Amino acid sequence: MLNGLAKRMELLFRRKRFVAELDEEMKFHREQMERDLLATGMTLEEARLAAGREFGNATRLKEQSHEAVGFGFETVAQDLKFALRQLRKNPGFTATAVLILALGMGASVAIFAFVDAALIKPLPYPNPTRLMDVTESLALFPRGNLSYADYVDWKRMNSSFSSLDVYNQVGFGLQTPSGMEPAHGERVSAGFFRTLGVRPALGRDFHDGEDTVGAAPVVLLSYGTWQRRFGGRSDIVGQSVNLSGIAHTVIGVLPEGFQFAFRGNGEFWEALQPTRECEKRRSCHDLNGVGRLKDGVTPEMALANMKDIAHQLELQYPDSNRGQGASVMPLSAAIVGDIKPILLVLLGGACLLLMISCVNVASLMLVRSESRRREIAVRGALGASRIRLARQFATEGTALAVAGCVAGVGIAGAGIQFLLRLISKDMLVGMPFLDGLGLNLHVALFACVLAILAALLASATPIVQLRKSTLRDGLTEGGRGSAGTLWRRIGANLVVIELATAMVLLAGAALLGKSLYRLLHENLGFDPEHLATVSVELPDGLFPTDEKVVAFQRDLVEKARELPGVESAGVTNVLPVSCNCDTDWVRFVGKPYNGIHNEVNERETSATLMSTLGARLKSGRFFTDADNAKSPKVVLINDAFARKYFPGEDPVGKKYGDTDLKPSSIREVVGVIENMKDAGLDQDQWPAEYEPFNQEPDSYFFLVVRTKQDPAAILPTLTSLAHGVSPNAGVDEPATFSQLIADSNAAYLHRTAAYLMGGFAALALVLGVVGLYGVIAYSVSQRTREIGVRMALGAQKGSVYKLVMGEAGRLIGIGVVVGTAGSVGAAMLMGKLLYGVQAWDAETLAGVAVVLGVSAMLASFIPARRAASVNPTEALRAE
Amino acid sequence: MLILKTLTRAPLHGYGIALSIKRLSDDVLTVEEGSLYPALQRLLVQGWVKAEWKMTETNRRARFYTLTAAGRKQLGNELAEFDQMIAAIGRVLRSVEA
Repeated sequence: MLNGLAKRMELLFRRKRFVAELDEEMKFHREQMERDLLATGMTLEEARLAAGREFGNATRLKEQSHEAVGFGFETVAQDLKFALRQLRKNPGFTATAVLILALGMGASVAIFAFVDAALIKPLPYPNPTRLMDVTESLALFPRGNLSYADYVDWKRMNSSFSSLDVYNQVGFGLQTPSGMEPAHGERVSAGFFRTLGVRPALGRDFHDGEDTVGAAPVVLLSYGTWQRRFGGRSDIVGQSVNLSGIAHTVIGVLPEGFQFAFRGNGEFWEALQPTRECEKRRSCHDLNGVGRLKDGVTPEMALANMKDIAHQLELQYPDSNRGQGASVMPLSAAIVGDIKPILLVLLGGACLLLMISCVNVASLMLVRSESRRREIAVRGALGASRIRLARQFATEGTALAVAGCVAGVGIAGAGIQFLLRLISKDMLVGMPFLDGLGLNLHVALFACVLAILAALLASATPIVQLRKSTLRDGLTEGGRGSAGTLWRRIGANLVVIELATAMVLLAGAALLGKSLYRLLHENLGFDPEHLATVSVELPDGLFPTDEKVVAFQRDLVEKARELPGVESAGVTNVLPVSCNCDTDWVRFVGKPYNGIHNEVNERETSATLMSTLGARLKSGRFFTDADNAKSPKVVLINDAFARKYFPGEDPVGKKYGDTDLKPSSIREVVGVIENMKDAGLDQDQWPAEYEPFNQEPDSYFFLVVRTKQDPAAILPTLTSLAHGVSPNAGVDEPATFSQLIADSNAAYLHRTAAYLMGGFAALALVLGVVGLYGVIAYSVSQRTREIGVRMALGAQKGSVYKLVMGEAGRLIGIGVVVGTAGSVGAAMLMGKLLYGVQAWDAETLAGVAVVLGVSAMLASFIPARRAASVNPTEALRAE
Repeated sequence: MLILKTLTRAPLHGYGIALSIKRLSDDVLTVEEGSLYPALQRLLVQGWVKAEWKMTETNRRARFYTLTAAGRKQLGNELAEFDQMIAAIGRVLRSVEA
């Protein structure tokens, strides 16, 4: 074996000599034969012919000799050289094919990079699959929050987690030389970082017990904060920082790459001491949990275990825990929950586009191989074996696929940057897994797989055709019988696939577009135009009493109203169009109560907020400034509240309170407003109550002003205005309301999905229609003679049109029918991404079918016209 | 196998091999003569024959192929296998006749 290899190597380097020797040898052989034949009395001519006949096909024999001694890669290199020459000779074809492939691949690879980052790449912690998101659950909130008391019980009673910790966020006011600055803080239980498996880069982690009331306040800095605010000084550990008026000791700095998706922007991480009012009540839920599973415990076992405990607590504390279940899911799933469906749908769309691209290139290859039938026949006659010819096609297909892949990866790189820029900064903070997104190993592997598939598809079709057609046919002059028909059959099938896929993408894009339209034109119940808002945070230490908060709010609203161009102003603790959150449980005076939690959205609003927003009153009245801490408690409810809890009654004047009907909690309904969108755009409308800010003040709230002119212009003024009222107020998040809605999660997700899918669909439409055009145009050019004969025999132009358009119409018809079925199927898979529109929305499907049909018919009209204007004499003479 | 066999007696050039196969088989085995050459190249690479340029009796340069020791061994193996197969076929045919 080794011997053979050495011989081959030797011959490889003496290839020229080998060829010469073989030539000489064969020539000698033939000459000897000729001589012998001459001796039998043949003429010279006869002898030469006879010798040649008996010797066989010299070229093929030489090639076989070559193969016998050569290496496999030599012929591959030859094929490749030839393929590249072929491709260079047809720059138009090559450029088109590479561009088509590159677009398809670019789209798929770019989307895949996001899928990889979000869904495949593990979280940056040790053994990330053992980390679970642990929360309480309710019928309305499958993934709710934990209450502190429940957390303590869960931690004590569970047998599933080696550690279980909680976190939530806090707004800090940081004293800086330029005044009070707002800073994002996180509160975490002492074991939080140990559960994640993260060690501080500097200093130490929290000790157990530092998260109990009374322990000295300690804080960990994020790496970025350490660098930015403290210049990266190594003596920072042990120093004191003033957060919202309370001195905290810095005990350490978190590592540079540390990320925690839900709280990506946390600057100061303090040990969570259950000091908040909410954390003293079992019924108040403000925490999120994260746990590490014990060895051998599956998420399902953990969930069953936690549900068990929740059930025990339900029995033990029926007042606070009725209906409180448990949710345990992998942390990674909780992090990417929102964007998973959109990513998968987009990946599906991109793959469909890639499929169209490949099919398109395959049919281009087919057309080309058809026009190269003569060449192939000649090469076959000269001794190329069928395998060798097939390999030539495979090499060409592969060369194209590789070029397309390289260009596609380039497009993907640009596409990723473009897509990243589409994501708003606020959303990026919540998606730290997108950091450093780019063309990594996974993505490269994916691109390679795509290239291989594309190469297979691009080379398979001409090879199939090669197998079926006979070489001799190719040599005959008028030979366009069987092979032409065959091509039309394969080509037609490919076009049907293209059209059907284009239809699926178009329908998907149209449905997503319609969802987006529905979403953005949802009746909000207020007028978002000309509204501007900033958030205001009053540090607890500096505004210790409700009176101080109320006074600040009153001053702020009054000053804001005096600003030029401002019509009215108000405050609320939660903006409309944000979430079904900050809920309250209510119980009605004079109605039977069975202990069920009547969950409603709870908002604290100033007297002028409703008129500022433009909310519409249905009955009763709005608040006035007279509804204050000293007056009886009042409340506004929305229509959904009235319908659900006061069916057939006039709610105005009715009273309700908390689940115990504590006297201090009883309030009287003074008015009902039309439903206003409290929740995110794509979420359900819930019952909601609006309480006077003066009676339930909150140290974190939003100032909302209605302006006469462009609301964006007033934003800087609002910030300085709030600072003017108190330099200690943290002011953040200046935005216009239209902007807030456009940037909201729901709008963003639906918009991205609709736009990207729209782009894919547009490309798919173009590719599909071009593919159809190619098939029809080619079929016409093949049938020029037939059409000429028909016309010479008296066929009218009209019937020629009918002939061609009939063929096109048939393909389009099949494509649309198959595509419609596919569209409905695909749309069902989109599920939650569709808003206010059904998967089988007839209007959309019909519209898409018409668009596709008309553009496809237009594309086939061009070759039909050419066919109809065939001059019979010329067509026949050309043969 | 046939080529190796023809070379057992004396080194031959390609044409000589073809002639000798033809003659020894009484013209029954006349293949496309050119197909000899790819086969020869394979034998060369396997190391079963070696080749050298020599003068023929008509004073022309030609490549003569010689059997190597490895080639002789290979021929032995192949002959043995061939005999076995022929014997087997013979047995089968006879059993059918009987």
